[in-house]
Amino acid sequence: MLKRKDLLGLIDASAEEIKEILDLAGEFKTRIKNGEKKIPHLSGKTATILFYENSTRTRTSFEEAAKYLGATTINIVAGNSSVAKGETLVDTGKTLDAQVNDFIIMRHPMGGAPYLLAKTVKASVLNAGDGMNEHPTQALLDMLTMREYFGSLKGLKVAILGDIKHSRVAKSNLFGLQKMGAEVYMYAPETLIPKGIDKLGAKLCKSRQEALEGADVVMGLRIQLERQQAGAFPSLGEYAANYGVDEKVLDYAKPNAIILHPGPVNRGVELTSGVIDHERSRIEDQVLSGVAVRMAALCLLNEARGGKTV
Amino acid sequence: MIIRNGQVVLRNSVEQADILVENGKIVKVARNIPANGDKEIDVKGKYIFPGLIDMHVHLREPGFERKEDIESGAKAAVKGGFTQICCMPNTNPVTDNKVVVSYIKNRAKEVNLCKIHPIGAITKGSKGEEMAAIAGMKKAGAVAISDDGVAVKNARLMRLAMEYAKGFDIKCLCHCEDKDLVDGGVVHEGLSSTIAGLKGIPRAAEDTIIAREICLAETLDAPVHICHVSTYSGVRMIRDAKRAGIKVTAETCPHYFSVTDEIIRGYDTNTKVNPPIREEVDKQAILQGLKDGTLDCIVTDHAPHHADDKNVEYDLAAFGISGIETSLGFAITYLYKAGVLTLNEIAEKMSYNPAQILGLEGGEIKEGGVADLTIADLDEEWVVDSSKFVSKGKNTPFNGYKLYGVVKYTIVDGEIKYEA
Repeated sequence: MLKRKDLLGLIDASAEEIKEILDLAGEFKTRIKNGEKKIPHLSGKTATILFYENSTRTRTSFEEAAKYLGATTINIVAGNSSVAKGETLVDTGKTLDAQVNDFIIMRHPMGGAPYLLAKTVKASVLNAGDGMNEHPTQALLDMLTMREYFGSLKGLKVAILGDIKHSRVAKSNLFGLQKMGAEVYMYAPETLIPKGIDKLGAKLCKSRQEALEGADVVMGLRIQLERQQAGAFPSLGEYAANYGVDEKVLDYAKPNAIILHPGPVNRGVELTSGVIDHERSRIEDQVLSGVAVRMAALCLLNEARGGKTV
Repeated sequence: MIIRNGQVVLRNSVEQADILVENGKIVKVARNIPANGDKEIDVKGKYIFPGLIDMHVHLREPGFERKEDIESGAKAAVKGGFTQICCMPNTNPVTDNKVVVSYIKNRAKEVNLCKIHPIGAITKGSKGEEMAAIAGMKKAGAVAISDDGVAVKNARLMRLAMEYAKGFDIKCLCHCEDKDLVDGGVVHEGLSSTIAGLKGIPRAAEDTIIAREICLAETLDAPVHICHVSTYSGVRMIRDAKRAGIKVTAETCPHYFSVTDEIIRGYDTNTKVNPPIREEVDKQAILQGLKDGTLDCIVTDHAPHHADDKNVEYDLAAFGISGIETSLGFAITYLYKAGVLTLNEIAEKMSYNPAQILGLEGGEIKEGGVADLTIADLDEEWVVDSSKFVSKGKNTPFNGYKLYGVVKYTIVDGEIKYEA
């Protein structure tokens, strides 16, 4: 059982908590694979999915997770709601609480927003990504995917390449992986490295070779066109030529290294198609891990609220 | 009035003495002044400072009275021990003409607590496009000019304003911030911004404009005053400029000499302030700059806000700390008790230097001088509790902080305007 009301980030999660989520997620993943899609631990519960930012993958993944568990789900897209009429996050939270929500799953473009919501509401808040801060369930699904492939996270070398500065995925992975005994190497243009990330344990590299040599996991992060437009690097072509991963670069990694990407992928920018579709790419496996990890997080938070997981 | 047995903070010493006040002036500072039948107060064990002057506050009136008004701001000021305050022009309408300057002066008279000196805008509407009516505002009572809240973006316009202002003997108080480098940042750029996932503001955003203003001051042989210095590099540039004989003065605020940016990590929007609270290296340089005289003044940058302006996402929250009721406590606790500054030096930073820089009366306790006095118990400990602020702005990140130094009397022109 998690000793927390909310899952806002992995910054304050313990190794035990992460292990507990991954263990339960592993079970769920097996059951889903076996075609079991009704595991009604959250029957009678309500989960509101409140997204202030566009998302397909994460939103549908959370919705599937909640539905497989038998919860009633409500989708709020910020653009079509009272939010568009200028309602504050605090007021939206109070309204959702008054509707006796058990879970609020929120994505928000601003760092720390889930902390404000969590402080306001009685419902358990799950952070589905907040600005440049964290995306805990994405890191958990990455860790589940790695753990299932390698058996353990301990001692793994994980290389993360791409827009690290604006990536909540990189940060949640950095926090989570280190707690589980893995090492995180990072490589990106200097303009896309956040200040002080090395003080959080990230090993900053000077080349793709240094980042990938001996790596067990190669994780690409999406390079957004708007970063180039904001001047962080001269062109997508120059990025790909100097920072992208193709099959030749991939050869620096261990022969059994796997390839991950939180999606959506820019083919030919951070990873070439040859890498994305590589036999060792686990990008598609990440999707099912995502549903399983979110089911586990919901169940364990439900237990923390006094509910039961059978 | 006779104030008996206080520890009087003079320019270079602290002496136990009585102070005889008549007609708003200090008539005599001596031991055992004979009774004259007037009111007497005994302040044995308490310290008497020259009336504190805060040359950088926001009173929000006219226009933003929901956040603060001249009356509530003045009440907060005298509770904080301030006998004179200077209010920034980012009101609505902007204080960029003599009419608004006169309005503020008139309201201050009606409120009749501390002396309130308006600061006029450098440019019309503080838009950075054309010079405001500087001479007219000066004649109406503005004591300085500033576009505080933003820097004048166009260096040529800043040059002309500084040059023009020189002719009227009125100083530019420069808010130093390059918006391109700020680029939407909300906290200091460093480890804490990365941990919190909040966009950072690099030191260079402040430093480049500090450097520009120093260059202009040197080129024009004009005086310039740098507002709310928060960076170690800014302190170094100002120190170097002073050594080179450039007419630069500078101020900092309690939140820059007492805490570091680690306090932003919990997303308390009351920690959001511009410039942002920076790192230990900056804090240490600010302390050193206060000690060696690089930083002339301690101001509050009192920036009261309504709770609604802060009870939102960190990115959306207003910048600013309501600081006028905690300023002396921070100075006593983090500077005097910590052994950084003497009481004489604190009086210099919080009274004498602001008076000198802006040409205000007061600033020191001397016979014949104005009877603006702040009397405080420096050994009394208290706990910051914003619900007890008289300012409308309850926005402080320092609730629960234990501070020394409680204001017992604030005396303006010989009249007690605040008594604890």
